[in-house]
Amino acid sequence: MPAYPSPRVASKIYVLVSRLKGVAVSVVSYLYAALFYLATAILIVGVGRRILLYSRTPAPLKIPTTPAPTTTPGVVARMFREVVFFESLFKSNKWTWLFGWAFHFGLLLALLRHLRYFTDPVWSWVAFIQSAGVYAGYAMVFGLVGLWIRRLAVDRVRYISAPSDHLMLALILGIAGSGLLMKFVWHTDVVALKTYMLGLMSLQIKQLPSDPMLLIHLALVICLMIIFPISKLLHAPGLFFSPTRNQADNPRERRHMPSNAG
Amino acid sequence: MKAEFDIPVITHYPQTPAIQVDAMVHSQPFVAKPDHQEPLGFPGELVEDWHDKAIDKMGELLGKYRSLQVFMDACVKCGACTDKCHYYLGTADPKNMPVARQDLMRKVYRRYFTFAGKHFPKLVGAADLTEEVLDDWYKYYHQCSECRRCSVYCPYGIDTAEITMAGREILASVGIGQKYSNEIIGKVFKIGNNLGLPEPALLDTLEGLEEEVKEDTDVDVRFPVDQKGADVLLVTPSADFFAEPHVDGLIGYAKVFHQAGISWTLSSHASEAANFGLFIGSQGNMQRVAMRIREAALELGVKRIVVGECGHAWRVAYSYWNTLIGPFDFLDPDYPAPQHICESTYDLIQQGALKFNKEENDDKVVTFHDSCNVSRASRMGTMPGGQFVIPRALIKASCNHFFDMRQETIHEGTFCCGGGGGLLTDDLVELRVKGALPRMQALHEVIEEHEVTHMAAICAICKSQFTKVLPYYDLGMDMIISVHQLVGDALELGVER
Repeated sequence: MPAYPSPRVASKIYVLVSRLKGVAVSVVSYLYAALFYLATAILIVGVGRRILLYSRTPAPLKIPTTPAPTTTPGVVARMFREVVFFESLFKSNKWTWLFGWAFHFGLLLALLRHLRYFTDPVWSWVAFIQSAGVYAGYAMVFGLVGLWIRRLAVDRVRYISAPSDHLMLALILGIAGSGLLMKFVWHTDVVALKTYMLGLMSLQIKQLPSDPMLLIHLALVICLMIIFPISKLLHAPGLFFSPTRNQADNPRERRHMPSNAG
Repeated sequence: MKAEFDIPVITHYPQTPAIQVDAMVHSQPFVAKPDHQEPLGFPGELVEDWHDKAIDKMGELLGKYRSLQVFMDACVKCGACTDKCHYYLGTADPKNMPVARQDLMRKVYRRYFTFAGKHFPKLVGAADLTEEVLDDWYKYYHQCSECRRCSVYCPYGIDTAEITMAGREILASVGIGQKYSNEIIGKVFKIGNNLGLPEPALLDTLEGLEEEVKEDTDVDVRFPVDQKGADVLLVTPSADFFAEPHVDGLIGYAKVFHQAGISWTLSSHASEAANFGLFIGSQGNMQRVAMRIREAALELGVKRIVVGECGHAWRVAYSYWNTLIGPFDFLDPDYPAPQHICESTYDLIQQGALKFNKEENDDKVVTFHDSCNVSRASRMGTMPGGQFVIPRALIKASCNHFFDMRQETIHEGTFCCGGGGGLLTDDLVELRVKGALPRMQALHEVIEEHEVTHMAAICAICKSQFTKVLPYYDLGMDMIISVHQLVGDALELGVER
């Protein structure tokens, strides 16, 4: 896993940056820009390759978990319920559902809230959800803490957990926590940050605010982007390719051949 | 009933045990001998370069089945499946939790096929394929009945059955097959059915049944074999020919066909609906077993194919036949191809072609055990869930007293009988008894609440399994009956139609 600056290192970087005052753009700005470009490339290429692999691997037999919809619109509705409401998880375990759903929809809202750093002018609906986006941060932390407690406290879940399962929770909790801390405790210069992000999008390196909490937050995000295609985060694209969920139950009505595998 | 292991105590459902590591590590079925392996195209014994061969085979299967590839990647270890498997609930062995069973393969997948597992194995729980791992595969991929209950509850639809099948196929391809399943598939290739019942014995048995029905009812109900030009080819599990309570189901089918005036026939070439090729994950063997049915249907010139009461056979017939042995353009398009016997009887009831005297079954208070493959891997009728409605409609048409078991143990949440997926063998009795616990708990409840006397099923494996395990729980082995026994007993024969 690529190293990210610990608070101690980050503060040293901060001192370094302060000494460089007067220099147009800090070293850290370049470093983070490079990491962002690298992480974005890894994320897009890595997940893209995975999606290509899934779509090219045949599904030679009909295996929807039944009762299943018999038509394509029915399958779309089933997938919608899975993706939006976590229908199967709800059937399974209400606690895991509650924590998991709170986390994921907190994450979605928080991500959408962050669009304000990438759009100018800010889209009106993004502006509209700004206040709700703060609660999204709480929901994420609530969900993640709940999931982690479950992972530690339930003997069955503890048994199936690898170190990476704990680290993943730590990483995302770190992202949510550092984000909330920036919102409420150690503020950063969001205008400068936005300038930096918009700059990245047009391949210009602007000055990145050097607050340690921001640098930690961004480093953790970069880390998440890089490990996405090589970790269990592949459950996100995987769900859409799961034959037990995305196949229609119509083997008698329509002959399923590997050529029309879908 | 005496046993060399502790029989689980029936407590109130639901009951999720604390994990007991290695509680079932001693359980494994007999390994196939060269004679059982070779006719199926597998090496006779463990090959020398098994490690490389197994990894190659895994790579081949990952490229062949999208399910396997996606399921290996997608699991987040959320734990939703951990309390859903009847073998976990009955044994408390953590490797019988679906996710842990999958992880036996996933850890090897990660080690050989993923960046994280190649470079940081300890971090992501990746492991080399060692003899111990292979041993675990053999043990625990034979403690899964491929019932798909876990796949209902997984947020990504991960179906452990797919992974168990892949595990068994890899094992067989390096020379470690399971004796029970592979020997049976060999019998189908050689003789035509799972029981190795040769044609003369089959004819003799059916003749005996004609006499028996004549004696009971004074009606000439026929059990035709190889009758060219019949409308219906009935393909049924060979256990229906003589095992109890299966045979009463076969008598029921015959009575229904007789009363409805349908010309039908069995086939000596395809005298078996079961297809254990499914259990061992071998699509090639599954196709070869299924092909006999297409051949028989063409040779006999039938217009319809109807499948008898058998869970996994119905899965193969319903979900795979069209792909593997289709198209069925030579059959009557007015009927689904293939059709389940329950669908056929249900349609006849809807048309008013059958009359019942329900009082014939008044000595019974009946419940229904949904079989796993019918419930979660197939359908009946035109509506999703018809596989739950139609068999119950048949029971209610022929019985006055019917009660369902607890909601989370029926329909899509039904528990496997404990003997499915190629585990219905005496070398796995402990596993079968313990795996039946959740069903026994639910059954016990309806016995206490409604004085249920009989449990009907539409699967040959369920029927054999319950006949064996009910006595371990101090219940009568004759509690388990065929749905078409109830139908046949209440059906009014000989009256005008």
